[in-house]
Amino acid sequence: MALTFLVAASGHISFGHYLHIILRMNNTNKICSSILALCLITLPAYAEMTANERAQILAPTTDFSAAEPGENLPGGTATNTRRFDREAFSQPSQNMSFTDRADFFIGNGFFKRLWVTAPSSTTSADGLGPLYNARACQRCHLKDGRGHPPENAEDSAVSMFLRVSIPAQNEEQAGAIRDHLINVVPEPTYGGQLQDIAIPGHAPEGHMTIAYEDVEVAFGDGEIATLRSPSYGVTDLGYGDMHPDALFSPRIAPPMIGLGLLQAISEEEILAAADPNDANGDGISGTAKFIWSRTNERVMLGRFGWKLGNATLADQSSEAMAGDIGIANPLFPNLSGDCTANQQSCLNAPAGIGGPGGNMEASGLVMDKIFFYSGNLAVPARRTANDADVLRGKELFYTANCTSCHTPKHATRNDEDVAHALRGQLIWPYTDLLLHDMGEGLADGRPEGSATGSEWRTAPLWGIGFTDTVNGHTYYLHDGRARNLTEAILWHGGEAIAAREAFRTMEKPDREAMITFLESL
Amino acid sequence: MIKRNMAFVAALMLSSPTAFAANTSDVLNTYADIAHAGFEDSLTTARTLKSAIEGLIASPSDDTMLAARTAWIEARVPYQQTEAYRFGNVAVDEWEGKVNAWPLDEGLIDYVDGTLYGDASDENPFYAANIIANTRLKVAGQEIDATGITPALLRDLHEIDEVESNVATGYHAIEFLLWGQDLNGTGPGAGDRPASDFASGDACTGGNCDRRSAYLLAATDLLISDLVEMTNAWGEKGSARASLPEDKAGLSIILTGLGSLSYGELAGERMRLGLMLQDPEEEHDCFSDNTHNSHYYDALGIANVYSGSYTRVDGSTVNGPSLSDLVRGLSPELDTEMSAKLVATQAAMSVLKLHGDQGIMSYDQMIGEGNEGGAAIVQAAIDGLVDQTKTIERIVAAVELDEISIEGSDSLDDPEAVFQ
Repeated sequence: MALTFLVAASGHISFGHYLHIILRMNNTNKICSSILALCLITLPAYAEMTANERAQILAPTTDFSAAEPGENLPGGTATNTRRFDREAFSQPSQNMSFTDRADFFIGNGFFKRLWVTAPSSTTSADGLGPLYNARACQRCHLKDGRGHPPENAEDSAVSMFLRVSIPAQNEEQAGAIRDHLINVVPEPTYGGQLQDIAIPGHAPEGHMTIAYEDVEVAFGDGEIATLRSPSYGVTDLGYGDMHPDALFSPRIAPPMIGLGLLQAISEEEILAAADPNDANGDGISGTAKFIWSRTNERVMLGRFGWKLGNATLADQSSEAMAGDIGIANPLFPNLSGDCTANQQSCLNAPAGIGGPGGNMEASGLVMDKIFFYSGNLAVPARRTANDADVLRGKELFYTANCTSCHTPKHATRNDEDVAHALRGQLIWPYTDLLLHDMGEGLADGRPEGSATGSEWRTAPLWGIGFTDTVNGHTYYLHDGRARNLTEAILWHGGEAIAAREAFRTMEKPDREAMITFLESL
Repeated sequence: MIKRNMAFVAALMLSSPTAFAANTSDVLNTYADIAHAGFEDSLTTARTLKSAIEGLIASPSDDTMLAARTAWIEARVPYQQTEAYRFGNVAVDEWEGKVNAWPLDEGLIDYVDGTLYGDASDENPFYAANIIANTRLKVAGQEIDATGITPALLRDLHEIDEVESNVATGYHAIEFLLWGQDLNGTGPGAGDRPASDFASGDACTGGNCDRRSAYLLAATDLLISDLVEMTNAWGEKGSARASLPEDKAGLSIILTGLGSLSYGELAGERMRLGLMLQDPEEEHDCFSDNTHNSHYYDALGIANVYSGSYTRVDGSTVNGPSLSDLVRGLSPELDTEMSAKLVATQAAMSVLKLHGDQGIMSYDQMIGEGNEGGAAIVQAAIDGLVDQTKTIERIVAAVELDEISIEGSDSLDDPEAVFQ
């Protein structure tokens, strides 16, 4: 049996005997008007499909004659079809109820909120640090978008920081990593990351330095691209020497869009694509990453972070709140943030408790709003998915096999655990949420749980074409070393060598078409 | 003001069922007419504000300062009522950030109290940049020439470094220059900038009075030019009016704006967040302690749009076939329910406004820690907004907007989504 669906731009559905996905447009809506009126397809109901049938729906297309149904709405009916200016990443899931909108707006208030040093008359906002990287979520996640490395020696590194750790020192630590209970062993003095700012009376931990060296890469047609290869250091250490085996990994703040949708993809669907031993012999061995979830108190599939360090958005946001801002919260209740036993003055600093937050600096109530906000930032619609040059670039992207890691489509779960606006959506994040070896060029040499020093999560590509509009730059990859999409592709190594080589040896018009496709996402 | 509230109540309750034949096209015309009148009134009152500011700068005194502050508060009356046009009309949403951005890190603009505010050691390099005191800024490797304080400079500084609280323009930048920081916490009292901050020569307090005056004038000129743009956009041949779709898509924009402002923006971020935090900084007009008015007129703007009637600053009325008429044609009960809930919200908002206007308790005191009576006043207004939004959702269903792009449709529709 099959069902009829009428899917409007809003997500309204009606049932009958066949599933008609009619992506209809609002006549004010430019995105829809050119593409969607054409899209009438018939599918059996997803829930009743066999695994094979579902896989067929989610498989990358081989038809590039026109945009696929729904392709212009990468976040499904939650897609933002209204704002394409610098607020493009700051819109709520468009199918969200008015009621949920209140939680979203309150969450936005907390996301922007500047935390202050304790004690303060504003008891609800104190507890900053003592060591921190930023005073508000929004200060790194600028415009809910992508962070960037400092533009020059005087620019701040606020939307970027260094993770710090040491190799396991004993069997107990090694076992905890093996069992997915922890990702890393923190550096004994400096903790899990380098905080470059401190509240008054306390020393910052130090500052990250970056030096770039030019590396030339020749395209197949002889044209030369110049990449900048970074090397990182730390100066002005505030608390003495670091452990001799300290490992660093620079990270920029990732865009906030579509995170709730990524969380809502079924674990089975992600695991089905994993191929850790490359059993199919395609040279690509996507590996799932597991880690203890403080939220769910069990080991779960990692989905967030540049190396899949966290399983849920709640874990990720709570860790950032504690590590980046120094705000104690129910999942990370340390009132001194990332201070260690070797930073006694830091441990002794006043905590920001009392007032509405009770014995936490950010209460569970506050964190819930932040989780909700973080899960509901809408992915912007694609307005040019049906343009000829975009379709040409799409064909090149798909035939170069980029899609074997940058999986175009997924379905979100349709159960009570998924927020209303995010349920049962066909989404287009262009990621498999798996780890891949990306080669020595991109390696940070710092393992994180089961992720090796050269493995990274396939980065979602949705919204990537809005980076310049939203953030005024086009720096990509985990440390922002790539100054444009072409450089980002050329940095791909390891399992991605074949795909990168396909791009590098393309004729220039084809390379440009592929970039045009990526910019259309 | 109480008298005005009663008139408003009477207008809603007594509007005759056959006053207008409501077809959608007429309803949309009324909607656009009210937008035009609201923005035009905002423009007129902004021009009055500019005259008062020129008076303050020409001859700084307690009297001219009071006149400028009064003109600002009066300029907010029509503007806040236009907020019902946000969250639906993309043209308004894209424009709004220049005019009404909030909250702001005021240290970008002028001197601040260092102990309360913090200093330049913040990770926002513009947090305490103090444009008024600095003709050249070298921040984060960027060199900014601020020798002349011009509208163009303020435009460039707005949201500089992608930080949303770097607010250099709009009502709240002007508000800060007229009142200064409110250093009273949740105690009584607003900001208290002396008029001599705009004095020349030795009488100048706070330093750089000429640059402060230039900033205030430039920000006011920008506000005026922005309001000219939006007034024209809703004129007979204006772009915002022209881009208002016909039929149900247009009604969807109206209802999306009403529901989003009621529940998300006003009841949520502007009111409930402050109650949760009990933080005096979490008030919309935090320098002037005018938040009671800004909330009141936001809610009134919602009622105006529904009832198709707006009382202009000169006392005249713009009205026509309304959403209320249209709903009544579908379901008289639903229209009565909506009108009653708007009245209930307005009543709760009137209590809040009364406390503010009469100096009984300002909004930042109401949300202060341990003030249960104040919190109850704010909560009653929130409850009204929440309750009226439920009826807005019922109207969305009744008008059968669920087949078009209505924001917030999910809770109204069958929750089943693309994949069952």
